[in-house]
Order: sequence, then structure tokens, then C-alpha cells
Amino acid sequence: MDVGQYLGVFLDESKEHLQGLNDNIMTLEQDPTNEDCINEIFRAAHSLKGMAGTMGFKRMQELTHHMEDVFSDVRAGQLKVNGDMIDTLFKCLDALQAYVDLISETQDEGTEEYADIVKALSDIRAGKSGGGAQASEKTEAAADAAPAAADAASDAPAWKTIKLDNNAKSSIKDASEQGKNIFGATVNIQESCILKAARAFLVFKGLEEIGEVILSEPSTQDIEDEKFDLSFSMVIATEESIDKVKEVINHVSEIDSVDCGEFDLDAVTSAAEAAEAAEAAAAAPVETAPVAAPAAQAASAPQHEAKQAESAKQPAAQGGKKAAGKPAIARTVRVDIDKLDVLMNLVSELIIAKNSLISAATSEKGDSGSVNEQIEYLESVTTNLHESVMKVRMVPIDSVTQKFPRMIRDLNRALGKPMELTMTGEDTEMDRTVVDEIGDPLMHLLRNSADHGIEPPEERVKAGKPETGQIFLHAFQDGNNVVIEVGDDGRGIDAEAVKQRAIERGVITPEQGEAMSEKAIIGLLFNAGFSTAKVVSEISGRGVGLDVVKSKVESLNGEVDVRTKLGEGSTWIIRLPVTMAIIQALMVKVGGETYAIPLDSIQIIEDVAPDEIKLVQNKEVINLRGSVTPLIRLSESLDVQSNQPENSNMVVVIVRKGDQQAGLVIDEMLGQLEIVIKPLGKYTSKCKFISGATILGDGEIALILDTNALV
Amino acid sequence: MNELSDKESVGELIQYIVIRLGEEQFGIDIRFVDNIVRMQQITRVPKVQHYLKGVINIRGEIVPVMSLRLIMDMNADEITGKSRIIIVKMSNGNLVGLIVDQVDHVLTLDSNNVENVRRGEDRRHGEFLSGVGKYEGGLVSILDLNTLELESLESRDKDREKQLLATE
Repeated sequence: MDVGQYLGVFLDESKEHLQGLNDNIMTLEQDPTNEDCINEIFRAAHSLKGMAGTMGFKRMQELTHHMEDVFSDVRAGQLKVNGDMIDTLFKCLDALQAYVDLISETQDEGTEEYADIVKALSDIRAGKSGGGAQASEKTEAAADAAPAAADAASDAPAWKTIKLDNNAKSSIKDASEQGKNIFGATVNIQESCILKAARAFLVFKGLEEIGEVILSEPSTQDIEDEKFDLSFSMVIATEESIDKVKEVINHVSEIDSVDCGEFDLDAVTSAAEAAEAAEAAAAAPVETAPVAAPAAQAASAPQHEAKQAESAKQPAAQGGKKAAGKPAIARTVRVDIDKLDVLMNLVSELIIAKNSLISAATSEKGDSGSVNEQIEYLESVTTNLHESVMKVRMVPIDSVTQKFPRMIRDLNRALGKPMELTMTGEDTEMDRTVVDEIGDPLMHLLRNSADHGIEPPEERVKAGKPETGQIFLHAFQDGNNVVIEVGDDGRGIDAEAVKQRAIERGVITPEQGEAMSEKAIIGLLFNAGFSTAKVVSEISGRGVGLDVVKSKVESLNGEVDVRTKLGEGSTWIIRLPVTMAIIQALMVKVGGETYAIPLDSIQIIEDVAPDEIKLVQNKEVINLRGSVTPLIRLSESLDVQSNQPENSNMVVVIVRKGDQQAGLVIDEMLGQLEIVIKPLGKYTSKCKFISGATILGDGEIALILDTNALV
Repeated sequence: MNELSDKESVGELIQYIVIRLGEEQFGIDIRFVDNIVRMQQITRVPKVQHYLKGVINIRGEIVPVMSLRLIMDMNADEITGKSRIIIVKMSNGNLVGLIVDQVDHVLTLDSNNVENVRRGEDRRHGEFLSGVGKYEGGLVSILDLNTLELESLESRDKDREKQLLATE
């Protein structure tokens, strides 16, 4: 079975399950008796195991299996959730994550087996149950090993996997020594049969006439009691031929089919031995191995055999994979089905437009009106299509942020500081490429907050703060930017300490230090190799944090800033352009040029008479319902000649920046438009007032005003 | 024998788009040319260097357009029916448009026939040239696109400002 094509799906789903496990285990830690949560965890672990098995990732499957066992005991009420257990489970999740990461890079799970975690997991279980669990564990492992194997098993006739006890074996040997033929047979009774036991009895009776039924499965007793499904198997010793046996069985009515063959004691014995550990069904492929997939082969054999098989298979498989030179996993975007529906509709419209255009073009000439009409229609469809495709690229940032609660929880334990993470705006959407890149910088900042920001609990209590430190991450869209604020209510940044450290490290001279503003000094933190942590710790303080954050954010055309107050905490502010974002904008004309003003920064649009303008400190202002609002003549800011007559009323767009507002004087309003933001590129990005550009329906470019920079 | 083969040896053959600014001819390595478009509406961007004329839309991408004339301190462009915008691909993959008076032809030059111009050599527009090519039609100055990178243009602008301040 070639599972390569499912690899992408497997990775996606594994990541989802792992994330779900992470989230739920964290919930469980808070609320150890939450049954929904336990069930959810169990389900996720089970699916993960099944998927890993199907894909042939044995080690990953094995580890998941051990984890699932723990959950299964918890669910059955045999185990209580405790801190150690949660820690072990998290370690286990990390190990699984490592498998997934490795698989996504190399398509191979590697050879790490995480024996320590497996042991820890078994220890947890051993706490309540002894060796008894072991056997059933193996059975389950093999049974669940690979659905493929199980499938194969159900296809194989059941008599091949019949369990033999010593008595049966010796009778079979005796019988064959006496020159009798030994046959195995599996009889399937018709579904409509009412008296199954009676039919089975007739089969046995018939067979006893020609030979001896050495063994049956289920046992004769169970068959008589009708404790069997629609089929049963047996081993027969007879002097007759196999055809005769079949004939005898088929002679009984309501028999659906018979599978009958030479019973090879040796082969079946080995299979049966395997079945001692594994359920009969799963062991079957040992016999049917040649027809079963190689993956199933390794999966179905008991563990010691599996390892051998696998180690033999591994190099070959690796070699094969390398030779095939499969590309790394393609990056994917999960798309909301609604977005796809819109795309589909647009494509249908496109086809209609094309057809109408063809018919308009072939119809009588001179009918340019209808052609133009169709072209306009085509234009609007393609514009919408383009926008929709862009929207498909947008993903919410929660794919990145959802890892953070777990991280803070771990830091909580590692640092021995109680802290809480609050997050808002995880549904803020950004381009997939940006979202992919922003995870690491955010993680650095959160770690920084946890390690440097939040004080030890004693210190917090002394400072009159609640013992539990607060860490937050707020994301929101602000015009054409997405702003992500990460911060804490910790000790804040001590500019003096930063300065001393900078001087010690020779980053600045003492004289320079004297001359620098507090803000500039704090800016030094972004220098490479700068860390103020008094002790270099595991968490941060290797001095690779902030400069990496800064360069990463800048490579995304964003900026990072910090606001801090000694004793009250610090906030890191990351501003990122929403590349290719689509916004609603008001299109305006200034001096004959078209500009777009993002709609969400606009408060209101006013018609202002020239005599309403007052001069305050030589600046033009208007009184807008009691608040004095400065006027900005866009024509002046943008170096164009306004083409409005001097004394006419002016159109003023009132925009807001934080708690300030200002009025932008424009020439003319064109209307509202949904526009796709395109970056301007570095050559023309010098103008602070312009945050980007957009391409209008007619192919012309309109610049997008950054009202924040104007106000 | 050796001497002969040396003389006969052919260098790398490179094709150049030959453009005109006034009476002067410039060659642009064709490998860096993405496209040549007719003059079109250029959207002005405020508050940028005078040689940056604005932006145009090339296949849905916003591409800055510069006036080669203004960069080389020549008279401002007179837009005629022959004016073209050469879209070149810069080293970082960004597209940049260059306004030229007209596009003449494509010229194939043996690299042996291109004489290097040393930086700082006192030659007209020497700072923007990587060499001078000889062919039957005369001489063609080969543009060094690296000098049109934003960074080098900016550092040139800064140097000029300093000089201005110094002379004042």
C-alpha cells in the first residue's frame, strides 16, 4: 500500500490531534475529573495511534499506544490524574511532536524510541496493575497494529489461525503419523439461517462419519450453545480427500461457503504462537504475508519479530525513499469551505462570462455594446476571483498562538513562578507566510516575559502585586497592520541596568550612555548578544532572543517596539503589515490623484464651510461637536495642487488615531471599495504617509494613505 | 599556434538591449530585462527622490519606475511615442522600471569586445557603467544595474548632500 499520498493529511491531522491533546491535558491538569476531557483525550490518542499505524510509523504508534493505555485506565477510573502523570504525558506529547517533525522533514520517523518515556508511562500504569496488563497490552498492540493487517486478517480463512493446545497438537501429530490427512475448514453459515447450532451440529455429525474433528473454534460446547457468529472453524483428521470433506459439509443446507485446505501443523503452530500474544485476527497476516502489504507484515507480527522485520526493512525503505527523491511536504492552507464555495461560484460565473463573450463576438457585427457589457462583467468577476484567492491565503494566527498556553504552563513549572497567560484576538487573520514566520518571535517574547519580566512570587507579594504573574498576548488589526502586543505585569525594564550592562559589554561608552535617552537605551536590548538576565537560564538569557525577534519582524516588513515602566511591566509591540490583505477603503481624489483611506480609521465625513476654520497656534482647526480637531490639507501633505476653488465648502474626512482625531481635507469622494493591499516595495516606501498601493478595476494604481502617519 | 588560438578565441557572447537617452546609447544585459512596455500612466508617489517617477502595474505587481535621465543628471524626460519603460529584474528579484527615450535594437557582444570601466574613472556617467562595448555601429556604454540598487543610489545621494554642505 503506498501511503505516501496520505502523508500530508497524516501530518496535518497529527498536528491537530497533538494540539488537541495538549489543550485537553492542560484542561485536565486544572480539572482532573473532567470526563469529557478525558474522553476527548482518549479519542485523540486513539486516532493518532491508528493513523501512525496505518502510515507504518511503528515507533510513533508504539509510544502513542502506551499513552493511550494510561488514558484508558484513567477513563476506567483505575488511575487518578496527578502532576507527575501530567508531566510525563507532556513529555510524551513532545516526543510525538518530535516524531511528526522528523516525518515532515524526512518522511521517516527515525530510530529514537523514547524508552524512558515508555517506561515512565508503564510505571504510571504499574502503580495500579501488575503484569497482567502486559499480555493484554500486547494483544491490543498487535490487534490495533495496522488496520491494514486487520483487514488482511479478515480476508484470510479463520482456520489458519486456529489456536492449538498441546492436546490438539499431539492428536494432530498422531493422526498424521497414522497417515491420515489433516484438513482445516472454516464454515460460513447463511445469514438467514435460524438454527445455526443445528446446522453446525449436522456439519460435525457428517464429518465424524468420515473422520475425526480434532478441534473446533469456537469450542464444540459454545457451538452447541449457539455462542458463535456466522462462521466456525475446525481441524479434521480423515482418510478421505479434501473434496469429500467439502462435499460432506456442503451437503448440509443453509451453508453459505466452506473454506478448506491442507492443515500444515508447523506453519499454523508458529502463527498460533504469535496468536498467544496477539488476537487471532491480527496474527493472520503472518501466514498470508506474501499477499499482505510489507507494512502490515511488520505490524502484525508480535513485537520481537516486528523489530527484526523492521530493522531489516528500514534501510531498504530509506534507500527506496531517497532514490525516489520525493519533495519535502508541500505547504498547505486549510480553507474554510465557504471561501471555496465563493471561489467555485466565481469560476462558474467566469465560464458564463466567457460563453456570453463568445456568442456576442460571433453574433452580428457592430453589436459592440453587448461585447462591452460582457467585458465589464468579466472584469468584475475576475476582480472578485482574485480577491477571493487572496482571502484563501489568509489564516487566523491561532495556528501559532495555540501552542503558547502549554509553553507558559511548562515555564510555570520550570521556573517555579506562578503565571497566567491571557490571549485575545487569536482569530486575527494574516497571510499564511506571515503567520508561519511570526511564531518564533512571539515565543521569544513570551519566554522573555516569563523569565525576565515576571518576578518570583515572594518579590511580587512584597511589591504588593498578586502572586500569580500575568502574561498577555493581544492581537488586533489596526488599519493595514496587524498589531500583536506581548507583555507582562512584571518588573519592567531597568534602563539603568541596561545601560550599565551595555557599557560593561562595550556596546556603548560611558559618555555615550550619558547622552542617550531612556528609550534609546532600552532599544539597545535589540542588539545581538545582549541579555540582562543575571543568570543565564534554560528559558532565555542566551542573548539570542531580542535581536532575532527584531530581525525576523523586520524581514516581514514589520517593526517591533517596547513600552515599559519599572515595577509595572513591559509590553512588546509588533506591528506587521497585512500583506495582500483586503480592506474596505474610501476612495478619494486629491489634486486629480486617487487615494484610498482605510475605512476602519474613518470616524465620520464632514462638510466644512471655509468660515468654520479657526487658527490655533497657527494651525487650522475646526470645532467638531465640541472637540477641537486639527485640519490636515492632504493636497499640501502630498505635494499636489488642490483643484477645489478657495472658498467652496470642503469635504473633511475625520480619522482617529488612538485618542486623537484629525480632519483630512480632500477634494472629492469617489466611494467605498474593497481593495487588495499590495506592498509598495523598498524604492518607494520612503513616503511615510503611504502604507501601500492597490490596483483599481481599470488597472490603475491608487496609493493607500496611512492615516496614523498623517495625524 | 597558441597565439593564434588565443586571438581566435571567442569570449562569452552576451546580448544587450541597446537604448537611447538623447544621443547616447546604453546597453542593458538582456538577462536582467523582464519586459519592455510602452509609456503608461505612472502613479506618482509623494515625498520620494526626484528620479523616482512613481509606480506602475506590471501583471498585478506594483513596480517602481525611475527616470534614467534624472539619475544621470540629464535633462528631464520628454515623453514621446518612442518612450519605453524597461522592466529590469534587480539582484534581489525585485522589478524596477527604467524610462528610456527609445529602444534601438538587440546587440550581441563578445565579452572580449567589452572594455571594463574602472570605478571612479573619469568618464561621462562612468559611475553607472560596467564597461564599454565596441561594435560596427560604434560604442555602447554598458549599464551596471548594481548601481541602480536602492542602497547605492541612496549612498550616492548622501555623498552629494555632504558635498553640497561642504561647498556651502
